[in-house]
Amino acid sequence: MLVAVLSVAAIGLICGVILVIASKLMAVPVDEKAEKLRDTLPGANCGACGFAGCDGYAKYLADEKSPRTNLCAPGGDRVSRKISEILGMEFQDVVEKKAFVRCTGTFETAEYKMEYDGPQTCAANNMFYQGRRSCSVGCLGFGDCVSACKFDAMSIVNGVAVVDRDLCTGCSACAKVCPNNLIDMVKETNMVSVGCSSHQKGALVRKECTAGCIGCMKCQKTCEYDAIHVTNNLATIDYDKCTNCGKCVEVCPVHVIKNCGANGVCTGCSGN
Amino acid sequence: MEYAKELMIILFSAILVNNFVLAKFLGICPFLGVSKKLDSAVGMSLAVTFVMLMATAVTYPIQVYLLDKNNLGYMQTVVFILVIAALVQLVEMVLRKFIPALHKSLGIYLPLITTNCAVLGVTVLNIREGYTFAESMINSLGGGLGFMLAMVLFAGVRSRIENSKISKSFQGLPITLIAASIVSMSFMGFGGLIEGLFK
Repeated sequence: MLVAVLSVAAIGLICGVILVIASKLMAVPVDEKAEKLRDTLPGANCGACGFAGCDGYAKYLADEKSPRTNLCAPGGDRVSRKISEILGMEFQDVVEKKAFVRCTGTFETAEYKMEYDGPQTCAANNMFYQGRRSCSVGCLGFGDCVSACKFDAMSIVNGVAVVDRDLCTGCSACAKVCPNNLIDMVKETNMVSVGCSSHQKGALVRKECTAGCIGCMKCQKTCEYDAIHVTNNLATIDYDKCTNCGKCVEVCPVHVIKNCGANGVCTGCSGN
Repeated sequence: MEYAKELMIILFSAILVNNFVLAKFLGICPFLGVSKKLDSAVGMSLAVTFVMLMATAVTYPIQVYLLDKNNLGYMQTVVFILVIAALVQLVEMVLRKFIPALHKSLGIYLPLITTNCAVLGVTVLNIREGYTFAESMINSLGGGLGFMLAMVLFAGVRSRIENSKISKSFQGLPITLIAASIVSMSFMGFGGLIEGLFK
């Protein structure tokens, strides 16, 4: 009995002493500044800053002499300001961005060329004859962007991806996974977007999807600021010039140009 | 030659026939918890293999030179848990100091397996089977590799499950448990394999 108690106590003591000595010997100095910076960051590990997660960005901020403190898109100005405070640097403004989906084709408007029953992801479907839609560049509607979004800002409504601008932090995780590169990251102040990315001629677009840009040039003629141009049968907006006046939205005969300024949610993209 | 054959039998029976997860049902919680993604499954099983080997190397001498000598066999479980927990902490510190890259990939799994039943199980079973030190080490290696095999196979099964339509009442854990039982049953097919191979 006594031997048992003593031997277990001795083993415990030896283990404890070894651990204490080891923790002193093996102590890795933790950079306090990096820890503090890490706590400031949102912790979504979205990769918008270009580093492998928030830890990577915090390390960069702590190690670099004059780091760029405005790389965290989800954190925005608030986080940038805090980081600059910790580092004692001048505040750098974050350009907030929001996602735009360059497709508005819903189940009703777009033609479908197959009954697809394979793995339910956009990436898999896109490999199979360029996707289930007749239009090879449109939204596939399986929601790879929805699963990529860490902020619940993406959803699939009626077969097409829709962005909730209130929740979107501009991290561009969705833009990276979209197999058709349909998602644009645009400055928060820009509200108008073209909901089509097909460069086909008008008649062909019409056959594949009734919500496609037919390249009629009406928007280009209407725009007072020279901000929208039709190139290769597709209207594109010059966001430096666009003033969100919404004239092009009114004249577009196929209603692919949307203005998201009216309310927070970009309902335009789901076809309203 | 005879001895090498004996070791091979121990190794392969630990991997296939007496698989720790699928035949002995030890270490089920990491098996279900960390098998969602292939890379984390591999990381976890590497950590388990490593700790199994280390734990056997430390607990075997303790059993032989301390517990058996003093007729303290009944203290085995307590002592082993104590020693393994301390050992894993020590290993974690050493890794963090000297091999930060390995610590980053294994780091979060190491504390998880301090008191993993597969690790404790392999050390206890080594003693119960009456293995020598070399045989114990081989058995631990086989146990770790078997754990990795089960984890990798099951990660594949789970990624298939993720992409298929499952009726609502079976979604999540129920279908995972059913899949685990089928994988486990398929491993029963290895029974008798070792005798056929080596005897």
